[in-house]
Amino acid sequence: MRWGGVLRTPVGASAAALLAAILLLALVAPVLWGDRADAVDTRAILRGPSAEHWMGTDNLGRDIFFRVLVATRMSVVLALLATGIGVATGLLLGTAPLVLGAPVGRLVTAAVNIAVAFPGLLLALFFAVIFGVGRTGALLAIGFAIAPGFARLTHTLVARVAGLDFIAAARLAGVGRGRLIVRHVLPNVGEPLIVNATIAAGGALLAFAGLSFLGLGVQPPAYDWGRLLGDGLGGIYVHPAAALAPGVAVVVAGLAFNLFGEALAKGIGLPTAWGPVPRGPRSGATREGGTSMSPRARASGASAGDPVLAVDGLQVSFPGGVRPVRGVGFTVGRGEAVGIVGESGSGKSLTALAIGQLIEEPGQVRADRLEFLGENLLTRPTPARRRLLGTSLAMVFQDPTTSMNPSQRVGRQLAEVAEVHQGMSRRQALARAVDRLRTVRIPAAGRRARQFPHEFSGGMRQRATIGMGLMGSPALIIADEPTTALDVTVQRQVLRLLAGIRAADQVAILLISHDIAVVGQVCDRVLVMYAGRIVEDLPAAELRTHARHPYTRALLAAVPDMTTDRNQPLAAIPGRPADPARLPEGCAFAPRCPLADELCTRSDPQLVADDHGRRVACWHADAWADRPAPVVVRIGDPR
Amino acid sequence: MTGATADAGTFRGLGDSAWPRFALRRLGRLLVSVWVLVTAAFLMIHLIPGDPVRAALGVAAPPALVEARREALGLNAPLWLQYGRYLRDLVTGDLGSSTITGLPVSQVISDRLPATLELAVGAFVLAVAVSVPLGLGMAVLTRGGRRRRGELAFTSSSVVLAAVPEFLVAVGLVYVFSVALGWAPVAGRSGPGSYLLPVVALAIGPAAALARIVRVETLAVLQADYIRTARAKRLPNRLVYLRHALPNALTATITIGGLLLSGLVAGTVLVENVFAWPGLGSTIVQSILAKDYPVVQAVVLVYGLGVLLVNLAVDVALALLDPRSTIRES
Repeated sequence: MRWGGVLRTPVGASAAALLAAILLLALVAPVLWGDRADAVDTRAILRGPSAEHWMGTDNLGRDIFFRVLVATRMSVVLALLATGIGVATGLLLGTAPLVLGAPVGRLVTAAVNIAVAFPGLLLALFFAVIFGVGRTGALLAIGFAIAPGFARLTHTLVARVAGLDFIAAARLAGVGRGRLIVRHVLPNVGEPLIVNATIAAGGALLAFAGLSFLGLGVQPPAYDWGRLLGDGLGGIYVHPAAALAPGVAVVVAGLAFNLFGEALAKGIGLPTAWGPVPRGPRSGATREGGTSMSPRARASGASAGDPVLAVDGLQVSFPGGVRPVRGVGFTVGRGEAVGIVGESGSGKSLTALAIGQLIEEPGQVRADRLEFLGENLLTRPTPARRRLLGTSLAMVFQDPTTSMNPSQRVGRQLAEVAEVHQGMSRRQALARAVDRLRTVRIPAAGRRARQFPHEFSGGMRQRATIGMGLMGSPALIIADEPTTALDVTVQRQVLRLLAGIRAADQVAILLISHDIAVVGQVCDRVLVMYAGRIVEDLPAAELRTHARHPYTRALLAAVPDMTTDRNQPLAAIPGRPADPARLPEGCAFAPRCPLADELCTRSDPQLVADDHGRRVACWHADAWADRPAPVVVRIGDPR
Repeated sequence: MTGATADAGTFRGLGDSAWPRFALRRLGRLLVSVWVLVTAAFLMIHLIPGDPVRAALGVAAPPALVEARREALGLNAPLWLQYGRYLRDLVTGDLGSSTITGLPVSQVISDRLPATLELAVGAFVLAVAVSVPLGLGMAVLTRGGRRRRGELAFTSSSVVLAAVPEFLVAVGLVYVFSVALGWAPVAGRSGPGSYLLPVVALAIGPAAALARIVRVETLAVLQADYIRTARAKRLPNRLVYLRHALPNALTATITIGGLLLSGLVAGTVLVENVFAWPGLGSTIVQSILAKDYPVVQAVVLVYGLGVLLVNLAVDVALALLDPRSTIRES
């Protein structure tokens, strides 16, 4: 049971214990010590703390310690009553739209919205004027001051529940409105209301102390903590305990209610007013985009000379022994376009981030070799290296809606690169930013530079992030699924743009994609990753003819083309991608592989190069040597 | 908030029309709120059960005196006429006069308001100046589950500080700094030193709550893709945090911060009473106790207007910092 679980957390348990103690004290204190608290002793007036009177005495010689204890009942009962009034009124107001129908309901909601804007204390003072000074007046005042907040909460909760199917069903079945609320709506919004009522009770306790302290609440001879505090404050110079003791009592009791409420909220997974704003997980791209781009975009390979990027034995690990990237090695030559393909979870994005030095703690990157333009990236970073990476390595990420700063103008976001790394003035940098936006074919670049990212379309935003990478003079663009979040037509524009930049300036491109068709069209060379390793490395032109790894062939087979029989279900790779936390002993693909045999499950194949420089990691790489892909490995279940 | 214009969600063509529309909407909401406030302040006297004049003058007062006072306050006219006169007087700046001292209420307000504003503005500035760097710093230090102990210490102490009401903080401060250490005067508004304790007492709670929100929001923002983009641009950490993380964390912070700040406006009432501060807060309490309704009415109006203005400022700041919120609303 979730409510029981709250008591097992340290905070929940101690708050509950404290709360129980206070409630118990409220119950027994007046019975046990009521007489001693009221005993007038004119011989000991306004005494300081002593063995006889722990917290001293007041102006009639009454013992303050016992008065504080006895006042617990008054303070707690009043706080609970006020909370009750507030919650009940809030419930009435909050369900009013549902009960009374749209026009009246909207009026109530509008009134609540205005009232909520005012702080509770101000509302309480307002109502205190109307209901008059005294206990009853303060009770109603605080109750009504709490009500708007609860009305808002109830309204939100009810609106959420009212949209659900079972309410609609109950309505259709002719259940009346009152019955609907009592039987169907309230039980479903009860938990958050109880949690917030607990927190509100703490607030009411503090508010009551405040009103009594001001002289607007409990009137003598009755007393609560606030009254005692107000009486004690005047003598704080000579006799501080008289003010401090009731103050401490108020704080402890208020905290007990508050913390217990917070612990409840945490325990049953509810957001409270100050809790973190819940954010959904980053949406993974699932859409399969199939462009049929002409092979023109495929520029011929030019990987002569020193490589732009050299990686060997690259590993990324996380605490708990998970290694999503396990020993990746490859090189990218000047102006070469290399693609990395694989399903989600194959480690391709982490590989890109590791190369870009963007893996954050607790992630760990290790490698035998990681060089960019001859600079070893494995040593401690220096300002010079930061400048080199900032100007020569560009990165483009998957989702252009989230990868630009929403609160900064697009031009500024580009310009700051040149300001930081190239020492340009603000004006020069902005001029370059506009020029770069023009290069990535943003129309009316000067005007667009002054706009915010949300005023751009998705494709324009992605082109602008590419432009951001062009602020320096990049030697390599790492593009991690740059087109996955875009429309098919826009996809093509972005890929053309990348190909154009590459052709114009000999910029190398590392394109990460789950779409083998896209990679095949844009890149010179394709690296296929599975379970954190490269399983095949071959020229893109030979994908259809020389792919040897069963996984590569399965990926190819899963791409529909013009000849695909549309009456058949689309081909899919059976089974699930390997879990990096639980990798088998042998080949990681073996559980899904049609060719797997006993050797595959026992021993992990190494990545071996053949005479033509193609690399593959498969015991059965030669089984399909003569048969051209695609071969439909197995037909998946129709979805 | 009704989301009347469905086409507002499209990307283009908004840049020019969004701002006037936002201004119009917001102004409309402000006017409605002000009208509700003014009407509530007017009705307040009429909602008091029984005869407020009789209650104010006491049971022993002769009926003729009560009648004369009722006549003087205009309470014998029909309600709509009273309402009309009230609005007319309000527009001309005539708030009536105190039934106790006979002073014009507008003079009472102008005498007392500056002292309250000094407190509120001082506390606001202090709270923001402390909470934003603190929250940001804690977020950077504890991001990705780093320094668990520091995180626990920060969260628990900020929870406690935020939950303790300002008048109790004030009493504690008075005890420590005035009584025990003798560093600051215990009450009154005399010199620069006398501002210290009231301002700190008012600021501590909101500062703790705000710092907590800034940290939570910054932590969420540090996970965002555009922070990764900023790192990919190899910006120095200083710029990543101050230029890219902070403004985006503030947009969410300001919304909740605004609530705290309007609460701060009301908190002056209690703190002023602790420190015998000659502001509106001590005035309203004395007036409520003395049933001096014209003064109460006016002070409620001033406080209410203060809250509405804070809310307006928050909305404008939000619109400036996060242009999307403007569009979402209009």
